[in-house]
Amino acid sequence: MNAPQKNAPLRSTFPRGPRSTATKAAAPPPTRARGDVRGARRLFVVRELGIGLALVLLIAVTTIYNPRFLNAQSRKDLMLGATILVVLAVGQAIVVITRNVDLSVGSVLGLSAFATGKLFLAMPDAPIVLALFAGVGLGLLCGAVNGALIAIARVPALVVTLGTLYVFRGIDYSWAAGQQINAADMPSGFKRMGTQTLLGVPVLALFAVAVLVIAGFYLRSYRSGRELYAIGSDPAAARLSGIPVGWRVFTAMAVSGGLAGLAGVLYAARFGTLDAAAGNGIELQVVAAVVVGGVAIFGGSGSVYGAALGAVLLSTIGSALPVLRIDPFWQQAVVGALILAAIGLDRALTARIAGRLRGRRARGA
Amino acid sequence: MLRRLGTWDVLVIAVLAIVVIVSSATVEGFASSRFWGFLLLDVIPIALIALPMTLIIITGEIDLSVASVLGLSSAVMGQLWMSGVPLALILPIILVLGVVLGAVNGLFVTGFGLPSLAVTIGTLALYRGLSYVVLGDKAVADFPFSWTGNMIEALPGTTIPWVALVVLALAIAFGVVLHATPIGRALFAMGNNDQAATFSGISVAKTKFWLFVLTGAVAALAGFFWTMRYASARADNGGGLELSVVAAVLLGGVSIFGGRGTLVGVMAGVLLLITLRNALQLADVPADTLTVVTGALLIISVVGPNAASMIRARLRRRRPAVSPAAGG
Repeated sequence: MNAPQKNAPLRSTFPRGPRSTATKAAAPPPTRARGDVRGARRLFVVRELGIGLALVLLIAVTTIYNPRFLNAQSRKDLMLGATILVVLAVGQAIVVITRNVDLSVGSVLGLSAFATGKLFLAMPDAPIVLALFAGVGLGLLCGAVNGALIAIARVPALVVTLGTLYVFRGIDYSWAAGQQINAADMPSGFKRMGTQTLLGVPVLALFAVAVLVIAGFYLRSYRSGRELYAIGSDPAAARLSGIPVGWRVFTAMAVSGGLAGLAGVLYAARFGTLDAAAGNGIELQVVAAVVVGGVAIFGGSGSVYGAALGAVLLSTIGSALPVLRIDPFWQQAVVGALILAAIGLDRALTARIAGRLRGRRARGA
Repeated sequence: MLRRLGTWDVLVIAVLAIVVIVSSATVEGFASSRFWGFLLLDVIPIALIALPMTLIIITGEIDLSVASVLGLSSAVMGQLWMSGVPLALILPIILVLGVVLGAVNGLFVTGFGLPSLAVTIGTLALYRGLSYVVLGDKAVADFPFSWTGNMIEALPGTTIPWVALVVLALAIAFGVVLHATPIGRALFAMGNNDQAATFSGISVAKTKFWLFVLTGAVAALAGFFWTMRYASARADNGGGLELSVVAAVLLGGVSIFGGRGTLVGVMAGVLLLITLRNALQLADVPADTLTVVTGALLIISVVGPNAASMIRARLRRRRPAVSPAAGG
């Protein structure tokens, strides 16, 4: 039972909260027909397609309303706008899949962005690679602190990362002490990275794409990646089947921190002007993106692609509202409504899959 | 996890006492009665919301939308006042608004069976968004002094605001219900095991629904107080307050998994959090740096008991520990 098989993806077990008694009875039996699994998997694909469709629809409507929404400059802005959120959402998805959460990503981003600025102030000739390493390293360190508290001290992730949200931000504030780093202080090569494009795609967005593809491949094809789903589906069962749950969760938290660190460097490259408040409050947007993208908040199902689509959708809504001449004050309300709709939809889908599997089993028996 | 109840409460109260004593001796102005008057005004909204939040977390749920309910009621207050509705009428309207907002949370959680963590992150964004829709980035500040002054009025001969007494009375009422009535026992039962509670005849869904309604109403009430205290209705009032409330409740020894906690502990937690923050502020520690204190306290408050019980368990005998899963 240790190795998840190709035909029995662990993601088709249901997201189970401590209190969703309805789905508990529907835990799939160890031997089940291939058709059921395929059907269940198809429904999950439908879920991601749905987000993609909503995104296409949004872009189409906005473009019809104002064709300039999709001109070269605006396309670039859309991609740049989504970049940071996508990187964070990928990290968050990895964590949420294991039935944890990382609320400290905004603070880690702020810390890493400010550190990048400080680095270039101290060493104006520093290569960009060094900044990337420093940012990611700092993020990994923060993530490792979270992971150690969760895995070793056995404290729930929600509480730990709520605490480190304050702690990392506070460290950021006391380090900055009101100082602001201006774009003029940044080396031009670094700033150029924030505006450069490759075949019409901003370089920064390529970072996000690379992160997404690597994470997606890892979660799908590596044994340890599949184990993350197993942990999220049922931590106790995962432990009993020999999965090093603590170590995996620790790694997931560290990766999420590392990606938040990367996002901080990208933030610095994009905006240039930095103070200690960078990324303040972005954690809720990230969690929203992940949930909208179909990653169940209680773990065990969803994909980084869905989370990335959710992030792109949220940031595109932000850009589309002003074009559609809707009061930008509506943006947050729309995001909230979207979260509720997404989790409602997920519940309905899960119920359908459960019903389908149960129906087949009854007939097959 | 079978720790004896009460140990943590005593510890929090002891730490609170040490903070008060040390601050009185070292921080100038800390011992003054004026400072305590202001401190209590800071305590009121957090203490108020912490009351129903304690009950909710004890049942194993969470409500992260409280600060947004506070903000939305503040925004609605501003809008109503601008259109000429008297404050005496606004107060009941705000309460009804809070009931409705809480009922929406409750409906999503108990009616549709969705995780409260996800639902209330959604309504956190939704309600805050709606408050911007209602009031935009305007601030309404022309409330009559007869109300705003009265709301921060101290008891005659003291600097204790009269509202603090109301909160104290409410806290006692909540404490009695939680610790001395069948309803309170039912809340603990739900937090420990939903299914067992159901089988023992407790209507889990119904109780949780009304808890969310109660939380909404109290958060709206806190919004009324907040608006009157600062004499300013704004859409961003109380932004981020939910984290302080949850931090205070957990600091007070309530388990995030539900089923464990006391109201005395929570009130001590609220006081400790605010006292420490205000004392440091008085000692000229920059306000932004104080967030470290909040976070560190929160982490210590959960790591502390866990580490203690782990060490104790290891000392006693080696038994395979089944730890509950992380999550809401």
